[in-house]
Amino acid sequence: MADLTLRVNGSDQKVSVAPETPLLWVLRDTLELTGTKFGCGAGLCGACTVHVDGNPIRSCSTPVSQVAGKNVTTIEGLGANGLGVLGQALQQAWIAEEVPQCGYCQTGQIMSAAALLAKTPNPTDEQITQAMNGNLCRCGTYERIRKAIHRAAGNGAAGNSSARNGGAQ
Amino acid sequence: MSPLSRREFVAGVAAAGAGLVIGFYLPRKGASHADVFSPNAYLRITPDNKVTIVVARSEMGQGVRTALPMILAEELEADWKQIEIEQAGASTLFGDQTTGGSASIRTTWDPMRKAGAAAREMLISAAALTWNVPRSACAAESGHIKHAASNRSLSYGDLVGKAATLPIPTDVPLKQSKDYKIVGQRLPRVDSPAKVKGEATFGIDYRLPGMKFALLSRSPVIGGKVSSFDDNDSKKIAGVRYVGKIGDSAVVVVADSVWGAMEGRRVLNVTWDDGPNKDLNTAAVVASLKQGASKKSASLYLAGDPTKAAGHHISAEYELPFMAHAPMEPGNCTAYYQGTKCELWAPTQVPQDCRDSVATAVGLDPDLVKVNVTLMGGGFGRRLEHDYAVEAALVSKAISAPVKVIWTREDDMRFSTYRPASLHQLSATLDGAGFPVGLTHRIIAPSISGQKGQPTPGNVDPDLPDEAGPVYGIPNYSLEYVMTETPVPLGWMRSVYALQAAFALESFVDELAAAAGKDPLQYRLKLLEKDQDLPYFSTTWKTARMRGVLQLAAARAGWGKPLPPGHYRGVACFGCFASYMAEVVEITMENDQPRVHRVVAVVDCGQVINPSILEQQIQGGIVYGLGNALRAEITIEKGRVVQGNFDDYAPLRMEETPVVEVYAVPSSDVPTGIGEPSVPPVAPALCNAIFAATKRRIRALPILS
Repeated sequence: MADLTLRVNGSDQKVSVAPETPLLWVLRDTLELTGTKFGCGAGLCGACTVHVDGNPIRSCSTPVSQVAGKNVTTIEGLGANGLGVLGQALQQAWIAEEVPQCGYCQTGQIMSAAALLAKTPNPTDEQITQAMNGNLCRCGTYERIRKAIHRAAGNGAAGNSSARNGGAQ
Repeated sequence: MSPLSRREFVAGVAAAGAGLVIGFYLPRKGASHADVFSPNAYLRITPDNKVTIVVARSEMGQGVRTALPMILAEELEADWKQIEIEQAGASTLFGDQTTGGSASIRTTWDPMRKAGAAAREMLISAAALTWNVPRSACAAESGHIKHAASNRSLSYGDLVGKAATLPIPTDVPLKQSKDYKIVGQRLPRVDSPAKVKGEATFGIDYRLPGMKFALLSRSPVIGGKVSSFDDNDSKKIAGVRYVGKIGDSAVVVVADSVWGAMEGRRVLNVTWDDGPNKDLNTAAVVASLKQGASKKSASLYLAGDPTKAAGHHISAEYELPFMAHAPMEPGNCTAYYQGTKCELWAPTQVPQDCRDSVATAVGLDPDLVKVNVTLMGGGFGRRLEHDYAVEAALVSKAISAPVKVIWTREDDMRFSTYRPASLHQLSATLDGAGFPVGLTHRIIAPSISGQKGQPTPGNVDPDLPDEAGPVYGIPNYSLEYVMTETPVPLGWMRSVYALQAAFALESFVDELAAAAGKDPLQYRLKLLEKDQDLPYFSTTWKTARMRGVLQLAAARAGWGKPLPPGHYRGVACFGCFASYMAEVVEITMENDQPRVHRVVAVVDCGQVINPSILEQQIQGGIVYGLGNALRAEITIEKGRVVQGNFDDYAPLRMEETPVVEVYAVPSSDVPTGIGEPSVPPVAPALCNAIFAATKRRIRALPILS
């Protein structure tokens, strides 16, 4: 066991856990921040995505000892901290585009989208695909996610998706 | 009712249409109280003008917590803004609460409408009595009863006390669809705000004070049992509290945290008795299907006599593999066994089965088992099983503490219940113009219900009436089923047998069109040219409605219009869960693999409750179906499921996802299924597009195997 201090959503949290414990389980079980989801445990689905110093990481495969002293942002803190305006814009866009079905993967999706928009305020469809391709959704909400990201970016939702198909209509 | 007969019952009811009144004539709860008006178990109105609608189906993403209350609110003439939603747990008040078979709307349409209408009529009566005016002079509108002549108005909350004293009417007028104000509207889903903020509580998120976490080690070989185990290393892991056998075929590791339980299980040493399936492999499963092909079949549908049809013969075989549901939220359940009672918090499609199975497993009367239904991170049929609930209850009983059992992704993939593998033999006799005068479709597949020991009257799997039917009015047409057996655990996966039946039939019809040198759309339309009723079990399929969806899909997709170079289209149609569906898939081929650019989907599902949720369901079903078609395959080696995670069982990702355009045929007919009907046409439409592009016919899924 190790005593670690994590900075989660802007406040310091002292935890006493095995240092190899994945960050995911410290967030969920120790800090009871359950908005970050367990999907695969192997960095394959993105449901556990959080930000560490602004970068999206898979918390299921990141030992907690690696993030000690770093800034961790989870979905619970997304709408409040440095990314507050962006986080809220994404959450509103997600609702406006009726993205969630079961909703289980969507917190991870939104964290990946927030990391994208923080660095690329007006992403192209290709940039969105590249940033979001690691996040699985079994309800098949991908095209709505794309529209929601465009909406949050202020690009407007219309037109982008069909344009991607070379005007197939 | 036993678990499977319950689903059978749902299928039967759904096929029978909307005649069901279950859940309507219900005991009132507290109706005599002056502070609550509750004329039935679906509804409570309180003096603060709050209208609480109880949802007796499980929310797994398909929107029931929004759509079902809309139906009741419509008849109630409620103001949607005053509605609060309450999730029912396992109950005796609502009839069958199974969420499956695309049946939630179908089976609650009548009870929810009547529940709302009865309350509305009682509120009108209450207002008329209050004002001492004729009932006929009063009208319900937006959460109020109004008396136009005197310009008076009372809110529903104001009328609670009086309404609660009135008799419940048994025969209430229902609204006409032209007067709908809520049904048919794109109302936002009630569950979205919590879901985007990480505040929604899924099963895996539910917490109890003092709760432990548990993982089970299960026999890697199907049907194997625990021989012995050594827990010395497990108990050295920090936080591991208990290791013990659960039933014959699992060992549980209980810890203070999920990670502790994972680590404890990782170092657990179990010796397994592999049992009779240790040499089972996929080839043997396929061989058993081929052997089954020679057996006598049961007739599902017969028109004329295909064996006597004369003309040119053509035949083909199609094969489909086992598939896994793989919902994003892995299996889990929280249980607290306390000697004389047991409570569960379960992400489940079958709360009543969980209650009954847990009661048996822990030795309690079902009345002493309480099942709360949590949100589900996807279901797709996987949560029609109650294995997680039974495990959680047994573990809680073993440790005398509240516990959450969690499955890992690998557990979910390897210890699932799988869509049955199947073989399809199609043969047709063609007339001089190349159209079938006879067609035989033999479905050879193990029965899900049969494997679970449920009744299969006439050797017909009870799901087939809702999931495989005649599509075309071919004069000599036989649809047959041969029930086989397999040791591989079987379950109902989104669209169940319809995916298989549609892949085979709609690929074969495409082959027939190609053999006749005809356009595949025009060929289908010709087969649907005449208005015919095709009776199938308790459903009647109508060629006119199938023709309608096909024509609209063709129009929206621009069928026949030129495409960009390298683009090709395929079409397929199918009916299941009482709905009609047609899809046009547009692809290019890249490195000999299809890239899907666009799917146009048209459904005729009767009255649409919420177009926005309908579009979500169809888009999602098509993405799910594409994943099924392209890569979904569970294989068995040495008795073990080979696939384990999203690397070797890879769902569709964003880069592969097409634009999906959804259209619903305007209709005020009784609503029919929407969660599953979009899945079956995807695979054949895609394979038909691949044929258009390459002249290569795909007769086995997955496409990219």
